Order: sequence, then structure tokens, then C-alpha cells
Amino acid sequence: MFAIYKREMRSYFVSPIGYIYLAIFLAVSGVIFSLTTLTKGASSDISLYFTYMLMSFFVVLPLLTMKLFADEKRQRTETLLISSPVSLTSMVAAKFFAAFSMFLIGFLVSLINLVPFFYFASGTPDTQTIFGSIFGLILIAAAFIAIGVMVSALTESQLIAALGTMVILLLLVMISAFNSSIDSYFLRSILSWISVMDRFSALTVGRFDVSAIVYFISLCFSFLFLTVRVYEKRRWA
Amino acid sequence: MIEIKNLVKRYGDNYAVNDISFSIEDGEIVGFLGPNGAGKTTTMSILTGCLSCTSGSVTINGVDVFDDPLQAKKMIGYLPEFPPLYLEMTVWEYLNFVYDLKECTLAREAHLSEICDRVKLTDVQGRIIRNLSKGYRQRVGIAQALVGNPRVIIFDEPTVGLDPKQIIEIRTLIKDLGQDHTVILSTHILPEVQMVCDRIVIINRGKIVADEKTEDIEKVVVGARQIQLKICGPAKEVESSLKALSGIKYAEVIGERELSSTAYLVESEPGLDMRKSIFNLCASHGWPIIGMEAVGLNLEEIFISVVDEKEASAPKKKTRKQRG
Repeated sequence: MFAIYKREMRSYFVSPIGYIYLAIFLAVSGVIFSLTTLTKGASSDISLYFTYMLMSFFVVLPLLTMKLFADEKRQRTETLLISSPVSLTSMVAAKFFAAFSMFLIGFLVSLINLVPFFYFASGTPDTQTIFGSIFGLILIAAAFIAIGVMVSALTESQLIAALGTMVILLLLVMISAFNSSIDSYFLRSILSWISVMDRFSALTVGRFDVSAIVYFISLCFSFLFLTVRVYEKRRWA
Repeated sequence: MIEIKNLVKRYGDNYAVNDISFSIEDGEIVGFLGPNGAGKTTTMSILTGCLSCTSGSVTINGVDVFDDPLQAKKMIGYLPEFPPLYLEMTVWEYLNFVYDLKECTLAREAHLSEICDRVKLTDVQGRIIRNLSKGYRQRVGIAQALVGNPRVIIFDEPTVGLDPKQIIEIRTLIKDLGQDHTVILSTHILPEVQMVCDRIVIINRGKIVADEKTEDIEKVVVGARQIQLKICGPAKEVESSLKALSGIKYAEVIGERELSSTAYLVESEPGLDMRKSIFNLCASHGWPIIGMEAVGLNLEEIFISVVDEKEASAPKKKTRKQRG
């Protein structure tokens, strides 16, 4: 399992995709931070920064996950993985953790954005919101990466993998936006139950919302499980 | 070493592999022969655990491939039809990755260097696989299969797309590997199995149509032996005395080939070598033999005859169904 992880990490940095991802992620986070906090007339509410960061995930995270399985299929290297003494679960896990590590690298670097906030802001920063949001974003990213991993396992084309992931993530993030235009309370409650945004907002105010945490973690695990099933099924097809 | 029992792989109504059984002894080189779409790759994918089967069982050294896949996969090195290479890695990095992937316990440096030596990759060890020629890439694929020194090595069409010199090199290499490994090789190139393998399994439309030692296969299929002769002498007289010779099933004039000589085709009874008695016959009459050639069927002909024979004997409905 560690061999696959190591190879994935290496391939992020041998191909341009790792650098492109990091560049885009850091640029986006920098721009969002300036716009939400540093410009004239910006709100003092830091949670806006994190909310926009979450929205940026659906564009940047597919860049990390699109190649994971799609490229193996295109290059026909997956037979090597499948015929070697490694279980499907550890193969999927290794790839997930590689993408997740890349995300963490970019995300930890982007936290530098917050440094001026702590040093130069007049008044005390809302540490509860900040740490709650960081924690929430990491969980959400894990879930989103798991979704990307699964979509990547479904196709041979990286482009389709990326676009497919984007659509699913966009729906998950934006789904509560439809709420105001839906009359049925029943439907509305289902949508807000699924909505990532609604659950995230609980974390951003610094509330330790167990149901949100369970939701993100189970989202992550179910999609990784589904990826394993995709491969299982292909064997049995 | 390898036991395949009643293996069936079905896609809907289509049988990719239909009730195949055979076993392979330790140290054998077995050629798996068949036209495209016969089920060679499917069988190999099942053997290596890449594919499940509809029914049947495969055991490798007593380990069931479906019950204990990780243990079974440790004993197999597999080179698929398209070598699974990560083009952006160097040969050495790639082999190291495979080493880690297979969780080898042999001494890393020594083991990998030995493999590189064996498949003659030492010169290109540090190069990126993307920049290697097809022949070298195929070698890297073979090297990959050798990592961890598995007891069974499976090659799926290892010489496809190589130039004649590379083909010869790869065949020699496979023959060499056969000395300390069990090797299964699939191909649709018949001289290849003839050259490399101890045993030939012919498969067509998912069924085994022949399973023989390489040297036996011609006898089994043909049964009779043909000789082409060129003899200087009166054609009619020679023909009739050839026919009269005991052990000769059939003789005919096939034309004048060279000045003052006539060519004959002679077929002897199964299992008899008639060349000496033909010589004696001609010598006693004073007819010089200027050419004698055994017309051994090559594998192409054997193959076509075996496949045709089976097809002819199979009920028509069934074949149509298999096609659909």
C-alpha cells in the first residue's frame, strides 16, 4: 500500500499537475482572503473566507483526483496493481491518501493567509470560528476527494473524471440554494440534510456539530467503499 | 503446480472460456495457442486474479486463486498484453516500485541488478521508460514479472509488435527463464510455440482443442507422413514401383521439376519411416534420387486442420449460438 502511495505522490511532482494544483489553490485562497478581509469595506466576519474556500474546492479538488484511476486505465497499468498481492481496499486507500496529502500540503500553506489576521487585526480574532472552519474544511475535502476518487475509477478520460466530479461537488455545495424556491417542507429538509453548505455553517460558528462530522466522514467512507466495489464489479463482470 | 478445473467464464450468453481443464507441471513451458478472441487472455486474466470466473477452480501450488488471492498472486509474475509501465519513471525507479508493491524480501539491490542483467536492461537502467524503444519496454515488462522471483511466469503475447531480432531475443530469454520457472505463454504465432514451448495447448472459442507435447502434436493431428521426392528415371515405372513398396499408402507424380527428373509425392503408413526403403528401391533400379524432403506439416496447417475438424464435428446450431 505504501508503495502505491509513494508512487502517486511522486507522480504529482514529476508531472506538472501537482504544481498546477498548488499554484491554483494558493492563488485562489490568496485572492479570496484579500477580497473577503483586506479590501475596503470588507466584513470583519472571517467565516466568509472559509465559505468561499469551500466553494473553490469543487473546482480545484478534481484536479487532484482526476488522474488517480483514469490514468492507470489509459496507460493500462492497473493490471499491474490488480495482479500484484495488494488488496483492492489498500489500493484505493493509498490513492485516496495521496490526493488527501496533496490537499493538506496546499491547505497548510494557505493558512499563512491568516497570519496577518492574528498579528495586525485590531481586536481579538474569532479563534473558535477559525479552528472550527479549518477542521470542517479538512473533513469536507476528504469527502470530496473520495467522490473524485470514485468518479476517476469510472472512466478512462481524465477530463470526464474532472468534469464529472465538478458536477457532483457543485450539486452537493449548491443544493441548499434551491431551498428558497421549493415549497414542500419535506423536500426542503431532505435537501438541507444533504447540503454540505448547511452542515458546514454549523462548524464555522465554532459549534462542535457531531452530526456534521459523522456526515462528512461517512460520505468519505461510502465513496471509497463504492470505488472498491467498482473494481470488484469489474472483476465479476 | 497449476491446476485448472472446469473453468467457465460467461458474458451473458457468450462463453469466453467454456469448461477448460488442464494442469501444468513444475518447470514446464506451456504455449497457449489460439486465434484472436479464443479466450487466451481471459484465461490468463483469471489465472492472475484480474478476473473472476463464472464457475470452476484454479489452484496454484495448492493455493486457490479465488479463496486466497493475495497468497496466489505472490507466486505469479504476469506480463499482460500491454506491458503495464509508468512511462514517467526510470527503469530503476519502476523496478523498485514493483519491488515494494510485491512486498519482496530478497536483497533489493542484488535482486534487481540480477534481473536487469538477465533481461539485458543494465545499459538503460537510468533512462525514462517513455524514451525507450518498444523492444526495451517489453523487456522492462518482463523484468517486472520477474521481480520477487515468482515460481510461475505468465506472458500474454510477449513478442507482438517487435522486430525480428527482438523477437528472437525475447524467445531466447523466455526459453532461458523456463529452466528455473514454470512459464505459460500465449500467442497466435505458431512457430513461436514450436520453438519455445515443451507443450502446446490449443484453444478455440473458449475450448481446448488439443493439448500435446510439442513434438507429438504433428503426429497426433496428421497421423501420416508425406515425402516429396525428385528422381531421375522413367516416371511411370518409378511411380508403380513406389506404389508397390510395402508401407506406402499412396504415391503420385506431381510434375517435372528439374531437367530429366520427376517429382513425386509419397505418403507412408503412420509411424513408418520409408526413406531408407525408397533409397534402396531406387538404388536397385539405378534411378538417382536427387531430392528427398519430408513434408512435415507446420503448425499453421495443424492448427487450421484441428480447428476445422472440431468445427465440422460440432453441431451447427451450437456454433451459431456461440457466435451470437
